[in-house]
Amino acid sequence: MYNFELVTPSSVDEAVAALGEEDAQPLGGGQTLIPTLKQRLAMPTKLVSLSRIEALKGVKSEGGALLIGGATTHGTVAREAAGQFPGLADLAAHIGDPAVRNRGTIGGSLANNDPSACYPAAALGTGATIVTNSREIAADDYFQGMFATALEEGEIITEVRLPIPETSNYQKFEQPASRFALVGVFVAKYADGVRVAVTGASNDGVFRWSEAEAALASNFAADAVEGLSAPDGSGMISDLHGSGSYRAHLVKVLTKRAVAAAS
Amino acid sequence: MPKDNGIGASTKRREDVRFLTGAGNYTDDVNVYGQAYVHFLRSDVAHGRISKIDTSAAEAMPGVVRIFTGKDFEGIGGLPCGWQVTDRHGAAMKEPGHPVLAQGKVRHVGDPIAAVVAESLAEARDAAEAIEVEIEDLPAVVDMKAALESGAAKVHDDLDDNLCYDWGFVEENKEAVDKAISEAAHVTTLELKNNRLVANPMEPRVAVGDYSAANDESTLFTTSQNPHVIRLLMGAFVLGIPEHKLRVVAPDVGGGFGTKIFHYAEEAFCTFAARQLKRAVKWTSTRSEAFMSDAHGRDHVTKIELALDADNNFTAIRTETYANMGAYLSTFAPSVPTWLHGTLMAGNYKTPLIYVNVKAVFTNTVPVDAYRGAGRPEATYQLERVIDKAARELGVDPIALRRQNFITEFPYATPVAVEYDTGDYPATMDKLEEIADIKGFAARRAESEKRGKLRGLGVNCYIEACGIAPSNLVGQLGARAGLYDAATVRVNATGSISVMVGAHSHGQGHETSFPQVVAEMLGIDESMVDIVHGDSSKIPFGMGTYGSRSIAVCGSAMVRATEKIINKAKKIAAHLLEASEADIELKDGQFSVAGTDKSVAWGDVTLAAYVPHNYPLEDIEPGLEETAFYDPANFTYPSGAYACEVELDPETGKVTIERFAAADDFGNIINPMIVSGQVHGGLAQGIGQALLEDCAYDETGQLISASYMDYAMPRADDVPFYAVDHSCQTPCTHNPLGVKGCGEAGAIGSPPSVINAVIDALHSGGHSHVTHIDMPASPSRVWAAMHG
Amino acid sequence: MTKVSMTVNGKSVSGEVEGRTLLVQFLRENLRLTGTHVGCDTSQCGACVVHVDGEAVKACTMFAGEAEGAQVTTIEGMANADGSLNTIQQAFQDHHGLQCGFCTPGMVMSAAALLKENPQPSEAEVRDYLEGNICRCTGYHNIVKAIMAASGQDVGKIAAE
Repeated sequence: MYNFELVTPSSVDEAVAALGEEDAQPLGGGQTLIPTLKQRLAMPTKLVSLSRIEALKGVKSEGGALLIGGATTHGTVAREAAGQFPGLADLAAHIGDPAVRNRGTIGGSLANNDPSACYPAAALGTGATIVTNSREIAADDYFQGMFATALEEGEIITEVRLPIPETSNYQKFEQPASRFALVGVFVAKYADGVRVAVTGASNDGVFRWSEAEAALASNFAADAVEGLSAPDGSGMISDLHGSGSYRAHLVKVLTKRAVAAAS
Repeated sequence: MPKDNGIGASTKRREDVRFLTGAGNYTDDVNVYGQAYVHFLRSDVAHGRISKIDTSAAEAMPGVVRIFTGKDFEGIGGLPCGWQVTDRHGAAMKEPGHPVLAQGKVRHVGDPIAAVVAESLAEARDAAEAIEVEIEDLPAVVDMKAALESGAAKVHDDLDDNLCYDWGFVEENKEAVDKAISEAAHVTTLELKNNRLVANPMEPRVAVGDYSAANDESTLFTTSQNPHVIRLLMGAFVLGIPEHKLRVVAPDVGGGFGTKIFHYAEEAFCTFAARQLKRAVKWTSTRSEAFMSDAHGRDHVTKIELALDADNNFTAIRTETYANMGAYLSTFAPSVPTWLHGTLMAGNYKTPLIYVNVKAVFTNTVPVDAYRGAGRPEATYQLERVIDKAARELGVDPIALRRQNFITEFPYATPVAVEYDTGDYPATMDKLEEIADIKGFAARRAESEKRGKLRGLGVNCYIEACGIAPSNLVGQLGARAGLYDAATVRVNATGSISVMVGAHSHGQGHETSFPQVVAEMLGIDESMVDIVHGDSSKIPFGMGTYGSRSIAVCGSAMVRATEKIINKAKKIAAHLLEASEADIELKDGQFSVAGTDKSVAWGDVTLAAYVPHNYPLEDIEPGLEETAFYDPANFTYPSGAYACEVELDPETGKVTIERFAAADDFGNIINPMIVSGQVHGGLAQGIGQALLEDCAYDETGQLISASYMDYAMPRADDVPFYAVDHSCQTPCTHNPLGVKGCGEAGAIGSPPSVINAVIDALHSGGHSHVTHIDMPASPSRVWAAMHG
Repeated sequence: MTKVSMTVNGKSVSGEVEGRTLLVQFLRENLRLTGTHVGCDTSQCGACVVHVDGEAVKACTMFAGEAEGAQVTTIEGMANADGSLNTIQQAFQDHHGLQCGFCTPGMVMSAAALLKENPQPSEAEVRDYLEGNICRCTGYHNIVKAIMAASGQDVGKIAAE
């Protein structure tokens, strides 16, 4: 790692002020950032830890949505969302491993937008609102491709608001080495429709499988997916662990399984 | 009633207490006052000519002590190779130089170019980035067959081509084998790859070099399986330091699996730099660095043909293998695809004619050398896969086909130059069928099918050759070392014992199991015996631990030394008891005169040896310490039969191991608990090879699986509880303990049964066009095969 | 360099660290508590697991500065007050749940965190919980068995030895 100054502010305002400096970078749980720093792939002069800002932590339900503070760990979400939003709690309970879940945060995951991360599928699959220190961003506008988001420099995710669905489920097919999603599919059924968000598969990062959403809106059953062709594999990630067409195939299999589990 | 002391007892491991409380002493826990830290600048290209190295800016960086490059090692020996193979035409293998730091060219990603020694590791890394290196890219040689084509780029400019050797075994058999295959009633052919693996002991390698100018002594602390071998290789061949001025210490070592046998550049560098700088120099590998600097394992491409007569008897085997050496010859690399592979090609079967051809190839990849099993897994995998394929082609039961061809009479001389002393292959197969509940498979398959899953059963046998020896034979085969081992038994005045052994324990539990043997022989409690290992200054000599040799070779040396102790102690006892030596019996720690109630305790005899007031000084010396060197007469031949049951998800191609059973014959057993643990670990590594692990390079020679993000290590949820049994015991006939060795069996015996099970599952689901899937049978590969 | 203070195994400690100093470096290099190991650089192997404020974390993926004021427990703090092995450590010895010992500290710390959350885990729950702890020696058989035994379950019937 290159050296940097580590600061641990206790309020959002202090954090934002600290992030105003050139080459300052926020630090969530660090579970992705720290390994990146070890490889010397980033060179911040200052890391602004968000883990001591109590205002950024916690899970509560309000107006039909689950409101999760940006610095809330996966472990906390797994425990505290279980009653009201089991599909999300289950997703959180399978990110990384227990020690990673005790540090990694929802805000950190969404800000990083790793193409194989789980949370982007939940955020897009629920039509969540990403709340920052300066604005609110709809999930449909937030994700802008692999590792790219609508966040500006120095902008911090303070809260994520996820509309609670009637039913939902996340199916992850793990890449055998990293245990990240080779493909992950989040399906959420609402009164006004169904959302299907796919992570891990596409070169453009998380995306919505609109054909499946349409089919499931009229018939929320695994059979409705069965009749669809798998999405086009040509834009999908192809690597040591699977070709684009394999990933495309998994999107369909996992969507079916998610619907079956949620039905 | 199970024993609670001595041979056969499942004594709990004494070393566990320190490991469980954080009190282990691993090499990275060693810190020498005033030590500096080294970071290696490594090549990020697979093949290139170094046109410029400018260290001037880096030298001015904070904390830099000195920067070394290949120039600093001109005139200093390169890393030696410990085994010379002679090719089919009688010529010696090609043996290119292996510099400590690159000279002129880089030959694989990770090849060290420069070494920055600084006051802190962070400063060393910072300064390494300031070194200006210009490398003129050369085409990378990655694929072995392409490497042998004319016009291929040469890894080593001073060689004619990339062929290290073309080995034939047994060359005299070739014609007869060709004829038998051409005339056979049936020939099954299989082309397969034995995937390249990274050993990945959980402790990365570490080296701390130290130097005392006052007495011109060097010390190397290193993560080694064989500190004496490192002392010999590094002292005599690289740095020119005589043994009495060089101490090599391997303290607690966090797993080895072969990759910590070899002498590495970093060890030589730290020792060299400490002498130059007159201060200690420490290197700690990161895991990422380990992926590109630890010797890799396996990486064979093979075509095997099995000929059968009309009654399904095996009549001949012919193989052609391309074995990847990587960019340089690692310490024992040439022996792996030859003497550790070709000699095992008979397996458990009486095939009269066998011919093995191996072409060893240089490529722009990390050097390849022994990894748990080393050559024997490659032999077993080909043979047991081709037998399974033959059974399927012939429509016969794969277990019955194996049983029909089993060797049943011992000793048995194979057509590949080895003589099996003992074994009982039908008995291990019987035991396997029992513990694997083969009869219940059909019901389990039906249950899986109800859940939409395919279930497969795979079975295989294996034969292993451990404790490779004797030295005069291995010398003829090209080994540049002896393969004996040594032990000193030092009995102290009050009867406690320190045994200095040449074997090194890095997970095998020698500190517990070796004392069991001595305690049994003397009839004393195990707690009176301690093992000392891993320090060349404390131990007479030793070839270390690899090839499942420790108890068979070093344990035998310990037995011989203990026998000498007993002989001398009997003389002392005879004197104390005023009896004839011939009448002295040793039982339960008491020396007694046969047929009388006169006895003297172990402790009285040992005290007399050191306080010789009443002692036969005219006949024997005081003291009670004996050393023995033991050079085995033959290999040992553990064998076994394994069964794997998989469930395959036809929608995703994902394979899960549902059951795994291993019936092994290890001969006599010292500590059954430890033996089971060795098998468990080997099974996980074999399952890992079969389903998960893949060390992959792209066509430019970049390592794709360069961390645990892409190299899939088996985790707790990838494996089941295993059923293991070692009650079939045909003791080895030529070592005093009748032991055979158990360290590698699991890794040797498991990959074919996994793949056999996967193929069986696919066939049960109607995918009968799939006759083979290369390892690892990852979900994507299985799915692609199903839909290919 | 900045000063960081925390409680490690019940003792107040402090030291000078850089921003980039990892918790594991602080433990190993400043405090010479070398029982916590480093086996990878991608936060996967779990040899470095310690407890911070009662939760298992990877000490290689947390900065020392983030542990300011925290209660940290390492493998050196796990034995009983009289120095004897605690229940989990004893079960690892009894059931041969370790070989080379390198991953063992992390395994014990993860096992302790699991049993705090789930006092009687099933085999599948143990295996799932160990996702972030890699062992290369044992094939996991005896680790899983040891943890189940430490939870008071009868492991006598688990597959043949």
